[in-house]
Amino acid sequence: MSSETLISVKNLSRYYGDFGAVQNISFDIKRGEILGFLGPNGAGKSTTMQMITGTLAPTTGQISVGGYDLLDHPLKAKAALGYLPEQPPLYRDMVVEEYLQFCAKLHHVPRLKVKDAVDRAIEQCGLNTVNKRLIGNLSKGYQQRVGIAQAIIHTPSIVILDEPTVGLDPIQIREIRELIRGLGEEHSVILSTHILPEVQAVCNNVQIINNGELILTDTIDGLFTQMQNNHLKIGLRRPPEIEILKQIEGVEGVELKDENNFYIQYSNDNNPAERLAEKAVAANWGLYELTPEQRSLEQIFVDLTTEL
Amino acid sequence: MFTIAKREFKSLFLSPLAWAILGVMQIIFGWSFAILVYLFIRPDVQANLANDPSAPGLTSMIVGSLFDWIAIVLLLITPFLTMRLISEERRNKTLALLISAPVSMTSIVLGKFLGLMGFFMIVLLMLALMPLSLMFGGDIDFGQLGAAFLGLILWLGALTALGLYISSLTAYPTVAAITTFGVFLLLWMVGWAQDVAVLQYLSFTDHYQSLLKGLINSTDIVYYLLFIVLFLSLSIYRLDAERL
Repeated sequence: MSSETLISVKNLSRYYGDFGAVQNISFDIKRGEILGFLGPNGAGKSTTMQMITGTLAPTTGQISVGGYDLLDHPLKAKAALGYLPEQPPLYRDMVVEEYLQFCAKLHHVPRLKVKDAVDRAIEQCGLNTVNKRLIGNLSKGYQQRVGIAQAIIHTPSIVILDEPTVGLDPIQIREIRELIRGLGEEHSVILSTHILPEVQAVCNNVQIINNGELILTDTIDGLFTQMQNNHLKIGLRRPPEIEILKQIEGVEGVELKDENNFYIQYSNDNNPAERLAEKAVAANWGLYELTPEQRSLEQIFVDLTTEL
Repeated sequence: MFTIAKREFKSLFLSPLAWAILGVMQIIFGWSFAILVYLFIRPDVQANLANDPSAPGLTSMIVGSLFDWIAIVLLLITPFLTMRLISEERRNKTLALLISAPVSMTSIVLGKFLGLMGFFMIVLLMLALMPLSLMFGGDIDFGQLGAAFLGLILWLGALTALGLYISSLTAYPTVAAITTFGVFLLLWMVGWAQDVAVLQYLSFTDHYQSLLKGLINSTDIVYYLLFIVLFLSLSIYRLDAERL
């Protein structure tokens, strides 16, 4: 993965009157990244994306796309972008192929290459069976795919997808995720969503935004390590006093879940699981469960977005 | 810019609206043209014309009256065509596609304007056949005919520019149509105040009348060009302001 920065956002803010939809956000996106942009409804995901694509002007801040400042060279910056808004921008009275031709020309694809570009986008998005049909007559899933095809037709270096899997059935969702993962090989992708498994499934970087502020930026691997948050769950049929558990080396805290189940917090690099098991057997506590606890992405998300 | 113009032009023909308008206008104009020709060849009219040394010629009589009438009909029809130019894009959320594409606002607005003007050129072309058919029976004054067409093109340009601007103000095509319609009528009626020179100057129709007579007056041409430029610029500003 080369480290070329494709999008750089600095101190970006957007106010609607007094309401700060996005406040002082900064981040960079490098080539080959698939960035998951997470946040509850109304957190400012779409607003941020609209600003990056130039459909909304920021109140303050700087955005540069593909090395061009969006304000100083809007046309060059926009040429490097492919954008699928929340509602796919489709002309319902056009045929798929015709629509994609229009989009290709709109993005200055050279006349002779338009046909190739359209064929490739149709192929990539699996639209072969519907390319002669009216967009208005297609199902929601296919319309969404046409929207994605429109965003990648000019092989932009960055593809921005705003909630691309909303309203699709599970099979279509899986197909579209597959498609997005494929896109990440040639393009950088920003994907906004509030569906957490989606991020786990396709992204290699995650940002969580809440109330207009960026509250987490991490790689998906980093997030997984955060999920291993030093907790053990232990089940004992004949539990001892809590104090006895606390005295075991490495145990930092014990939390009673119910009569027989405990959560044990331990310090980094000192996992007491083995000692706990030995002790339990020796003292006949009736050990029947000992599992490392994993916080799900969902829990992290909830923790992060509600603690403010 | 031309990509947008071409799509705009094509999309008109995707809906029955354009065909309906072409058909209806052709019937209306054909009928009025027939009536005018019939009037012209009536013996009593011919006799009057023969006795009057300053009598209007064939072109003035027929083309003048026909185009006068056409201008009014077009004024009634244009709002239906301009209403969807931008408001429909906004309603269908397709405006984001154009704005996020590497094209400037100016190209978007000009593209839309030219697309619709392209359609009107077809209307005018079909219209031109009627006066030209008079060549079978007499001489026509090409100068006057040309001036009349120039007038009609400018007139349509002004109507389209204003309609485009009003369409950029709203997300509801119907609202755009009714507002456009009202403003057109008002601009037409302003000229009825005979005594007020300013209103006379502002009136939409007066500048057209002299072109119909074959008078190519720079004031009239500049009036329409300014009108077109003003409303196209306003549309561009309106769309730019939407991002703020």
